[in-house]
Amino acid sequence: MNLLDVENLWVKFPTRQGVVEAVRGISFSLGRERLGIVGESGSGKSMTGRAILRLIRPPGMIEADRIALEGQNLLDLSEKDMRTVRGERISMVMQDPKFSLNPVMRVGDQIMEAYLLHNKVGKAEARKRSLEMLDAVSIRDPERVMRAYPHEVSGGMGQRIMIAMMLIPNPQILIADEPTSALDVSVQRQVLNIMDDLVKQRGMGLIFISHDLNLVSEFCDRVLIMYAGRIVEVCDADKLHQATHPYTRGLLNSLPRLDQPRAKLEVLSRDPAWSEAPSVGGRA
Amino acid sequence: MALTENTRERRVRASLAPWLKGVLVALGSVSITMLGLLFVTFVIGRVMPIDPVLAIVGERASQSTYDAVYEQLGLDKPLLVQFLYYLWDVLHGDFGMSLLNARPVSEDIARVFPATLELATLGTLIGVLLGVPLGVIAAVRRGSWIDQIARVVALVGYSMPIFWLGLMGLLVFYGVLGWVGGPGRLDIFYQDIVPSRTGMILIDSAIAGDWGVFRNAFSHIILPATLLGYYSLAYISRMTRSFMLEQMSAEYVTTARVKGMSERQVIWGHAFRNIRVQLITVIALSYANLLEGSVLTEIIFSWPGIGSYITTALLSADMNAVLGGTVVVGLIFICLNLFSDLLYRVFDPRSK
Repeated sequence: MNLLDVENLWVKFPTRQGVVEAVRGISFSLGRERLGIVGESGSGKSMTGRAILRLIRPPGMIEADRIALEGQNLLDLSEKDMRTVRGERISMVMQDPKFSLNPVMRVGDQIMEAYLLHNKVGKAEARKRSLEMLDAVSIRDPERVMRAYPHEVSGGMGQRIMIAMMLIPNPQILIADEPTSALDVSVQRQVLNIMDDLVKQRGMGLIFISHDLNLVSEFCDRVLIMYAGRIVEVCDADKLHQATHPYTRGLLNSLPRLDQPRAKLEVLSRDPAWSEAPSVGGRA
Repeated sequence: MALTENTRERRVRASLAPWLKGVLVALGSVSITMLGLLFVTFVIGRVMPIDPVLAIVGERASQSTYDAVYEQLGLDKPLLVQFLYYLWDVLHGDFGMSLLNARPVSEDIARVFPATLELATLGTLIGVLLGVPLGVIAAVRRGSWIDQIARVVALVGYSMPIFWLGLMGLLVFYGVLGWVGGPGRLDIFYQDIVPSRTGMILIDSAIAGDWGVFRNAFSHIILPATLLGYYSLAYISRMTRSFMLEQMSAEYVTTARVKGMSERQVIWGHAFRNIRVQLITVIALSYANLLEGSVLTEIIFSWPGIGSYITTALLSADMNAVLGGTVVVGLIFICLNLFSDLLYRVFDPRSK
């Protein structure tokens, strides 16, 4: 059975000008693999990640035939039951640790809180586990970092703290929503490698949301390409460069490549027909 | 061994030094502000076209009496010298004599200020205890009926003149329903029963264990305190709402939800922690406002507080009393500012 099965997912926002559809009927599945979701801003990739956790705030609406986690439809759960899914079974790392960590709480308290929410243990045990987890994300002086406030750590360190915090309850699925976009290029790799290792070790499923095609093709097994709320193409990550959809081709051709230098990069020209074409199934 | 002792000592000194420095800097800035305040109030008091000698000796006094009093008050000396004398006196807690009742101004203030303090504190407590939760709920349930009600409550609070609400309150709750005590701090037969220790009757009667007096004092204070509390509630709830709205859309709130926290934990455990600093400023400002003495409320409820004291003094050209009162009010403002600055350091790790 797949870890996650999403069938005909829609995310809608009613506005005065009518209903805005951010995600328009996409279906995909996730096994114990690394699934990339790529697309430009506004393509609905972040909304897809948040919809799985049912974190679209009203008046936004999530509609789907089903979002099944190991056969259990998440849409049938009460909000209270959903809370035991969040963090404990599905977790999410967001873009910028500067904003996603609480600025007035010590790093240690925030990590321990994530552990204590899902484990009935004492503070001493939670502290021990947090230190181990910080060590697992290659933080050199975990004791000191536990006492630090978010503004006292660097961006790369902040994102590793975030990963530690999200993985400490041992979830089955991690959604990484642009986890490195706010980071310095020099630490992007390091953070991704740490995340990749942990996900592999634990046999988790990873949904890696990014606009960076190269990064995705390197760190994922399978890639969904989204455009205007729909999946326009699905392919294996190592065959991304053989992609056929004109949108994917356009994205690829707009990137400079060291091995094929060009004098002039292509500009992506959009065809309105793309957003009208039905979604491609993303099932493995 | 000697080496570790040494490093420990150095570490202690290193951790103490910035703290001590902070206190010294704060004290320094307070003294400078106070000096400026004293100077400005003093100069304004002296350049006013009011003859303090005439106020004492009366219009029909002889020239020699006039001159004697003129000299006695030190008015023949240069302004700066007069100011230094005044400064010296103030530093010794002496604000001079009130021209109206020939009593030391400091004694008058010690009598009227606790009345204002008691009223303002209770009013602020009401405003904070109701206003903060109301603001938080209004922000969290944005657009719901509770948000609409909070908006109307605040709007009425902002725009209704307090003398009207005060009079109506007295009419309804004292005159018609008889639920609360009338104007004044106590009924006549409860007066002067408990010894005055703090000047705040609620506290004095509690210390003395005289609950009859306590109940009577409470029935008198509750209406004006609620009224003042309503005004600070209006302000505090609106500010709390907008602070909370800003925080609830922050990314760390999503993080807390992703962790699997309940909405209540998210709101009070995460978002609310981040508005404490801003909230302190708002509460301190509104408290300081009430401590200044709300003249209209004090007059309507015959409350012998500092607001009506200064106003009466001003209208009868009692400049020593006006200066004394102004200095005390200024001191309160400065102290509250200092206090909220200190609280910042406790609540916001980034300000260290």
